[in-house]
Amino acid sequence: MEKFDAVVVGAGPAGAAAATTMARAGLSVVLVERGEYPGAKNVMGGVMYGRMAAEVVPEFWTQGAPIERVVVEERIWLATDDSAVSVSHRSPKGAYHPDGCPNAFTVLRAKWDRWFAQKAEEAGALLVPGTTVEDVLWQDGRVAGVRTGREEGDLHADVVVLCDGVNSALVERARLRDHPVEPHQLALGVKEVVGLPPEVIEGRFNVERGQGVTIEIYGAVTRGMSGYGFLYTNHDSVSVGVGVLVSHLMRTRIPPYELLEGLKQHPLVRPLLAGGETLEYSAHAIPEGGWRAMPKLYGDGVLVAGDAAMMVNGLHREGSNLAMTAGRLAGETVVEAKQRGDFSARTLSLYAAKLEESFVLKDLRKYRDLPELAERRPDLFGTFAELANLAAHEMLTVDGLPKRDKQRKIWREVTRRKPLWGLARDLYEVWRAVR
Amino acid sequence: MELRGPSRVEEKLYTLRWKHDRTSHIAITDPRTCADRCGDEWRRPCTTFCPAKVYEWDPEQARIVVAYENCVECTTCLVGCPYRVIDWRPPRGGFGIQYRYG
Ligand SMILES: Cc1cc2nc3c(=O)[nH]c(=O)nc-3n(C[C@H](O)[C@H](O)[C@H](O)COP(=O)(O)OP(=O)(O)OC[C@H]3O[C@@H](n4cnc5c(N)ncnc54)[C@H](O)[C@@H]3O)c2cc1C
Ligand code: SF4
Ligand code: SF4
Repeated sequence: MEKFDAVVVGAGPAGAAAATTMARAGLSVVLVERGEYPGAKNVMGGVMYGRMAAEVVPEFWTQGAPIERVVVEERIWLATDDSAVSVSHRSPKGAYHPDGCPNAFTVLRAKWDRWFAQKAEEAGALLVPGTTVEDVLWQDGRVAGVRTGREEGDLHADVVVLCDGVNSALVERARLRDHPVEPHQLALGVKEVVGLPPEVIEGRFNVERGQGVTIEIYGAVTRGMSGYGFLYTNHDSVSVGVGVLVSHLMRTRIPPYELLEGLKQHPLVRPLLAGGETLEYSAHAIPEGGWRAMPKLYGDGVLVAGDAAMMVNGLHREGSNLAMTAGRLAGETVVEAKQRGDFSARTLSLYAAKLEESFVLKDLRKYRDLPELAERRPDLFGTFAELANLAAHEMLTVDGLPKRDKQRKIWREVTRRKPLWGLARDLYEVWRAVR
Repeated sequence: MELRGPSRVEEKLYTLRWKHDRTSHIAITDPRTCADRCGDEWRRPCTTFCPAKVYEWDPEQARIVVAYENCVECTTCLVGCPYRVIDWRPPRGGFGIQYRYG
């Protein structure tokens, strides 16, 4: 019976990072992926973070990585049905770390994941695509491998690293979670990739070749549900999508594709996409439960990283970076366990300690109250967007009314819609959840 | 200004590529719940939250019809069915949705 040092389940950012790290240290590693190729099943808005990628593949940007555009400008819109207040930051130079590593860049996952998993193969990991892991194997009360859907498809290993993404059934099979994920701990993102010539994108978004823009849209586009819309520029396409909590989708009964269509038809979005052709529609769930909803991160012979462990920072649209860092730290932990020759939970708990030291658990803990607020107050962004647009519109409308009168009028309008104490309470709640 | 591209979900699904398995990876474990309780209490949310319109209520048969071939494997129905009667498993290795962009 062949036995490996480690089996990694799932060739997304977490799994490829874990496999690369372990294979590079000389361990025998199998990376099992259910898609016919890595990325076949994977969707994201599209912003990847360079620092965390470089910690897995140093200087990846010089190695043919499928980078769509390097983000030089980030915009946030507070939108009503037909207007928006916009905040943005643009810094072409600040888009790179001092060593030349891009800070944030857009990707298309079917391309990126293939490339990233190839790096794990180059490091010596055995990639087995087209293979679904159906269960974990147990031996003497510890996880000792996985059962795949293939004939004679059992894979034995000292340790199993679960990187199988959102709603992982294997986390439960490995007894790391005993309660199911709740609808308010999950968001659904729907998206389209809209093809446009590069020069059209560059004209519309005011960027040069290779440069890109992100736009996050809060307010009316989610139609009263917690979440946001987004537009990210790729080389010759724009990713446009919207993500909202599943609990709110269940309640409002708004079909996600209609939400997406509404976003695409928004008067501020439409001109940016005009003439474009939809190349692909996609949908994927996002684990949004945060720190409080995380499973146990390790057990005897098993570790879990990335979306499978709820490692998403919803407020900052970060997930891929947490996944890469957690995958790498899981890999490093297994390398140390191998040196000790001990894969018990006690040794593997090193993984949790490493995560505590990193931004992963620090950030997730910082925002631990945000998921509950998002579930309870889907109205927050919509209200603030309304008020901000009302104020901006009034101040910018030149109609002969003196500015002081305008201020009074705005104030009256604001407090009519939202009593002062209500406004103060909302701000306090938000502050408490993000401080 | 005209926006070309699919606006109905059927047209959106038309942009996708799958490798179809012969058997379904989705089963409804207790169809009676769909007919009774869920209809009364939740109005069958799977028929609206699924981004690929996999679930449709057939009033004549009084059951949910599952178009598993359309599934894009977003995993929402694992959580979004209030009574957890949807048994969704990943399709067999290599089968199912194959994103070209993602
Ligand atoms: C609409 C949307 C927008 C997003 N936008 C961003 C963004 O802009 N920036 C960002 O950083 N993050 C974003 N995220 C989050 C990000 O995509 C995830 O956090 C990240 O992909 C997690 O990586 P992972 O490796 O843990 O999981 P995944 O990328 O989901 O990888 C899991 C892998 O495991 C495989 N797998 C699953 N089950 C099995 C099995 N049983 N057997 C074998 N293989 C299996 C899957 O096929 C997949 O390849 C977004 C997510 C969505 C849905
Ligand atoms: S949501 Fe669940 S219980 Fe309700 S109709 Fe759909 S499958 Fe049946
Ligand atoms: S996984 Fe997603 S696309 Fe597939 S049936 Fe469930 S909700 Fe629909």
